[in-house]
Amino acid sequence: MPAYKAPLREIRFVLNELLEAEKLPELVPDFADATGDTVEAILEEAGKFCEEVLQPLNHPGDEEGCHFDNGTVTTPKGFREAYATFIEGGWTSLPCDPAYGGQGLPKLINFAVEEMICSANLSFGMYPGLSNGNYNAIHAHGSDEQKALYLPKLVDGSWTGTMCLTEPHCGTDLGLCKTRAEANPDGSYRLYGTKIFISAGEHDFTENIIHLVLARLPDAPAGIRGISLFVCPKFIPDADGKPGTRNPVVCGSIEKKMGIKASSTCVMNFDGAQAWLVGKPHKGMSAMFTMMNTARLAVGMQGLGIAEAAYQGAVTYARDRLQMRALTGAKFPEKPADPIIVHPDVRRMLLTMRSITEGCRALAYWIGYHLDLSQHHPDIEKRQESDDLVALMTPIVKAFLTDHGFHAANLGVQVYGGHGYIREWGMEQLVRDARITQIYEGTNGIQALDLVGRKLPTGTGRLARRFFHPVADYIEQTSEKPEMAEYVLPLAKAFAKLQQATAWIAQAGLANPNEAGAAATDYQRLFALTALGFMWCRMVEIALARKDDDRDGFYAAKVQSARFYMARILPETNSLFTILMAGSDSLMAMPAESF
Amino acid sequence: MKVLVAVKRVIDANVKVRVKADGTGVETQNVKMSMNPFCEIATEEAVRLKEAGKATEIVAVSLGNAQCAETIRTALAMGADRGIHVQTDVELQPLAVAKLLKAVVDKEQPGLVILGKQAIDDDANQTGQMLSALLGWPQATYASKLVINDNGTANVTREVDGGLETVEVKTPFVMTTDLRLNEPRYASLPNIMKAKKKPIDALTPEQLGVDPAPRLKTLKVTEPPKRQAGIKVGSVAELVDKLKNEAKVI
Repeated sequence: MPAYKAPLREIRFVLNELLEAEKLPELVPDFADATGDTVEAILEEAGKFCEEVLQPLNHPGDEEGCHFDNGTVTTPKGFREAYATFIEGGWTSLPCDPAYGGQGLPKLINFAVEEMICSANLSFGMYPGLSNGNYNAIHAHGSDEQKALYLPKLVDGSWTGTMCLTEPHCGTDLGLCKTRAEANPDGSYRLYGTKIFISAGEHDFTENIIHLVLARLPDAPAGIRGISLFVCPKFIPDADGKPGTRNPVVCGSIEKKMGIKASSTCVMNFDGAQAWLVGKPHKGMSAMFTMMNTARLAVGMQGLGIAEAAYQGAVTYARDRLQMRALTGAKFPEKPADPIIVHPDVRRMLLTMRSITEGCRALAYWIGYHLDLSQHHPDIEKRQESDDLVALMTPIVKAFLTDHGFHAANLGVQVYGGHGYIREWGMEQLVRDARITQIYEGTNGIQALDLVGRKLPTGTGRLARRFFHPVADYIEQTSEKPEMAEYVLPLAKAFAKLQQATAWIAQAGLANPNEAGAAATDYQRLFALTALGFMWCRMVEIALARKDDDRDGFYAAKVQSARFYMARILPETNSLFTILMAGSDSLMAMPAESF
Repeated sequence: MKVLVAVKRVIDANVKVRVKADGTGVETQNVKMSMNPFCEIATEEAVRLKEAGKATEIVAVSLGNAQCAETIRTALAMGADRGIHVQTDVELQPLAVAKLLKAVVDKEQPGLVILGKQAIDDDANQTGQMLSALLGWPQATYASKLVINDNGTANVTREVDGGLETVEVKTPFVMTTDLRLNEPRYASLPNIMKAKKKPIDALTPEQLGVDPAPRLKTLKVTEPPKRQAGIKVGSVAELVDKLKNEAKVI
């Protein structure tokens, strides 16, 4: 099984050279501690932890899976100890509020750490990932009392959290939610109902688990406007805040599933479990969206993590595997055959993985950077600008990065040939693990509808302009530079297509919503590929400027990857454009019974 | 008891070391550098002594160019309390390091100095022994276990050829670490953040009254020769014949 190495040079390039994150402490007083040397030490140590502790557990965790026995869940061998080391290292506290024991570091840095965790062991990353979502929701919507009770425990990781949304009959459409809350005389509630697909719903890591649950109050209006959010601990904290009475919220079973087998996916039964309202009655969905938006970006990082791991594995194998000779004659005559990396088709796969993965990293970290500005920039207008950009790009990051994660994992298997299909090599696990990321936290189809139906129309295109204007300015400024022509011209072409498609969707979708629905997925991909083109232009500009001080060939490789992206990936925007402009007729004409 | 730990900045163990084209040394530019693994073990042992209530303060010392401060920060993130950085761009050899450390020990008066038994770059395995001689202190090298007694002595188990040897030394003393002494911890995030705020004093060899100029001259650095292809022998008799007459080993 190929060993994962934290790609620190790549991460540093994006953080320091592309985003100039070293200037964050000056720009944002809240991040005074996030200086370059500290961030470097954090990344090094996190990388070491992922390589040495999390990665070795990934394959055995997949083979063993979680065990269920009468309401209790046992995680695979070594996971519990790894989690203990993880929280001892304080890693759960990284982006959290110092008022509750957090380190108050930028989410951008957490993005980088999350990427490494997901490359090393996606299943493991689920547990702290869910806790962080839970933390975000309580932090934003909980009462002072709830915050004081739960946040310090979620921050230090001694308790974990969940998000209980899905029910057997409702996934995407939470308005159908049936779980009900009945009032107790003391102001608390009793929850009745069943939630499914609850990640980290039950496990053996911690002494307590804090569930956030969507349920209906007795007087709730029907549909999505009648959903409230509740906090429901597995053990009800006593007067000292220690786990006390066992609450009747019980794991009924765990799912047998395609991938992320070391992550427990639970059926949770609420049999009158005591719970407390979080935020206002019937406002549960908007509270849940606080954590859903961050969680969607986090799922994007999962896609990136898998893609990186798949790429590293594929490169190692392509260099080692001797098979056939190069088409132009033997490259290594002293060996029995040439390594397969000499073949154009193998290189096509490797460079596809590499150039899109690096573009995805740049895009995701750029959005992470603006997520921090949107919450901490001293200037309120700047906060709004960044918030707009993050809102616009969240569905793109979620969908495109997870689509790429799966695609890259698949290419990884292909590079390995038959061995890719054999479990022992670890490549097929990446495919299975990646597959869920395209589905949960809103399927990628739902992301496309969010982009087209919600984000584009907001403020008559205000969000879209946060992306379109900087790109247009960039193209104008850079097109004069002869050394950039090879990159900026393809970007300008793709960008023109994106603008045209955006205008068409706005118009056609207004007349017939099915037009927008039919175009959404292709449009989302067209948008993402153009955004990556923009990131690649900016990256190659830096690499070209520094190519004279390039002992290890890092910048030269950047330039080569950029050329590949522009020549052989970005042109996909042409076919996407043609397809989406074909309209919805051919999709909608066939009657349902003819399928 | 104050504990002084010496930490050296070396090329990371995972880097494939390349010889400079002009043969004057190895390439260190743009190469990942880390704390010498034996020095990590030394730092870890000091932190464990402090956690056990045997040590009161840990001072991490590094000698060399400006970037050595990063290595001191790593020690501070593992749990050292403060740092001393003796700044010099001169190539440091074991005797100069031992003399500089002696000057620091004279200032700091620790009860124990812990060093790695050797550094993975030059593998000299000399500094601890030289320091002990210069100080006139007992030495316990290749330590795989340390027990501090209450009567001003310590028992150190040493890894020697063919087994383990336990010696009793009086404090203050110099100890060098072997691989099995402990397994260094991962620095925790809160400690990485705290390390920023811990002080690092900067000193120079001049301030310490030591001339660090090299005493040994490097003539040439080359890559080890490439392994030659072997040959197949047809029979045991042929093998014996070749060993006897060609290789002349039997």
